[in-house]
Amino acid sequence: MAIIQQIIFLAVLGTVGWLVFKRASLIRNTILLGRDEDRTDQPGLRFATMVRIAFGQKKMFDRPLIGVMHFVVYAGFLLINIEVLEIVLDGILGHHRLFAPFLGSFYTFLIGFFEFLAVGVLVTCSIFLIRRAVVKVERFQPSRHKEMNGWPELDGKIILLFEIVLMIAILTMNAADTVLQEIGSTHYTPTGDFAFSQFLKPLFTGWNETSLIVYERFAWWFHILGIFAFAVYVTYSKHLHIALAFPNTYFSRLTPKGEMNNMPDITKEVKIMLGLDTPDTTAAENVIPERFGAKDAPDLSWKNLMDAYSCTECGRCTSACPANLTGKKLSPRKIMMDTRDRLEDIGRNMQTNGGKFVEDGKNLMGDYISNEEILACTTCNACVQECPILINPLDIILQLRRYKIMDEAQAPGSWNAMFQNLDTNQAPWKFSPGDRFNWADHLKNEA
Amino acid sequence: MSEITYKVPTMAEMAANNETPEVLFWVGCAGSFDDRYKKVTVAFVKILNKAGVKFAVLGTEESCTGDPARRAGNEFTFQMLAMSNIQVLDMYGVKKIVTACPHCFNTLKNEYPELGGNYEVVHHSEYLQQLINEGRVRIEGGETFKGRKITFHDSCYLGRANGIYEAPRHVLEALDADLVEMKRCKTKGLCCGAGGGQMFKEPEPGKKDINVERIEEAIETGATTIAVACPFCMVMMTDGVKNKEKEDSVKVFDLAELIAQAEGL
Repeated sequence: MAIIQQIIFLAVLGTVGWLVFKRASLIRNTILLGRDEDRTDQPGLRFATMVRIAFGQKKMFDRPLIGVMHFVVYAGFLLINIEVLEIVLDGILGHHRLFAPFLGSFYTFLIGFFEFLAVGVLVTCSIFLIRRAVVKVERFQPSRHKEMNGWPELDGKIILLFEIVLMIAILTMNAADTVLQEIGSTHYTPTGDFAFSQFLKPLFTGWNETSLIVYERFAWWFHILGIFAFAVYVTYSKHLHIALAFPNTYFSRLTPKGEMNNMPDITKEVKIMLGLDTPDTTAAENVIPERFGAKDAPDLSWKNLMDAYSCTECGRCTSACPANLTGKKLSPRKIMMDTRDRLEDIGRNMQTNGGKFVEDGKNLMGDYISNEEILACTTCNACVQECPILINPLDIILQLRRYKIMDEAQAPGSWNAMFQNLDTNQAPWKFSPGDRFNWADHLKNEA
Repeated sequence: MSEITYKVPTMAEMAANNETPEVLFWVGCAGSFDDRYKKVTVAFVKILNKAGVKFAVLGTEESCTGDPARRAGNEFTFQMLAMSNIQVLDMYGVKKIVTACPHCFNTLKNEYPELGGNYEVVHHSEYLQQLINEGRVRIEGGETFKGRKITFHDSCYLGRANGIYEAPRHVLEALDADLVEMKRCKTKGLCCGAGGGQMFKEPEPGKKDINVERIEEAIETGATTIAVACPFCMVMMTDGVKNKEKEDSVKVFDLAELIAQAEGL
């Protein structure tokens, strides 16, 4: 019997590992479709940023209560994984509570501590679920934010339910286990009562040994299979931030938020136009790039694409966006979700075409994100400031604008007038450059 | 009170006399052409004169930094403007620049270096704070602000874009006024609605104008003065006050104007 369980366990573990690996490779490959951008300078500062923002979750504590609750789930997730390690080893080796004999009473304390975390996760996830479904926190509501319609809203709730159910499984499993220990069931290593599950023992009064074993085994399998399913699910879900938050903060921008990336191709051309440089005749067909700005997801930098996969759709960006707050179509969260949706479509396309992307006639700009959205942005950086894991929606918006304006030459009329004024008068308004210093006339007369 | 003679020397005049200014005052397009913001330019020039700062302006040799073009997506126009500005600045050997416009400030400070223009750039809020700290600007001889409620509206390009939150507040504290904060301030400050090229186009369809949302918050503080440090914010906040028909009870001023008033200039 035990050997069959071990074989099933190994088969499941292998399958899950393979599925996760396949998904992770696809995600990695689609991120690498992005334009090159060097984000490897200042490794010390980058590492410190990652430790502070991802590991220490500094920005989550901008809202202290939510910060603490999120931290409980995060710490629970990280630390309970130690117990999952034991469970996996038990599964492979056909043991039960492999670590218990080595650790003695410390083991009981450790599991008790994990139970404490599990209860914390259970309570917090329930509160989070209530916030989504009952209190209806504005930024999660599809009625107010159309990008939350359908799957994203469901996804958010599924994850929370998942975690709640897993915690119930582990707590009741421990309770059944300790009851089995008390009746001296052979396979169950004595550990003594655990901190929380001891209070669940009355649930099992009157159960005979066989039903207890069946329940304990059921809960054990349910819990570990749940975790395996979760590992695969996460790669398809907004919940991917649990892994990507770390590289995403490490590779985040270190320059001032106000700085826009330069376009060296244009610098070269402008220098030639101003006679500061000569055209490079030796190189065949350089200078003119294929495209100005970003039309589709692969025109963005790989970091923009990693941002998209890292987004957990919390909507802090959107709830701080002045355009969104005043009813405009723009939602920075939607910009990130659209970019990810586009990448997922590209990934599926690559999978069905043997790893190569086959033109599907679609583009991020136009088919996913509309001009009206990107035109509404005031570049105020509120979205960038808000993101707890340093995602930059503004960078994407500005690259899409560059495409719209320079490649398609589709600017609103008043912007074209502004450009024309800048080109001819060196001011955005229709004033003569010769009048630029007139403001001082009155002052000089005063003197 | 002794009469002050105000001078506005240009870089060309300075160069002709073989002189070098302490600092170049970058006036900006709004500071040069916008009737309301020209008053800020004049106020700042008066402060510099009184403080005895040896400054110069570019006069007609100044061009737009290119910020609105770049934010609107027109990189060509931005770089053409930036490149010719850098040529002018380098021709005069400019080392230090002060400007009252956070958009000019951000572009000159953060975006010109990549194109070969390297200068020490400060915003006038930082510069004023420094002059006050050094005792070169003394808050005396003019209007008293004691007990007057002032709220400061953070400009995005000063605050979030460049992390400058304290300098303008220190300047206002020097006035001995009653500084009150809006609910959304500093890193959480709400945009006036004009950045990113919005100043030069109609807003996209929505329920409300951003400046109205912001002005409601400013009025809620009970402040009678809204202090700004950006020409675009000035326009948007002033329009917001008009929209709420509060022109009589709520005034919008730039930091430099408030300091000039307090100095009796």
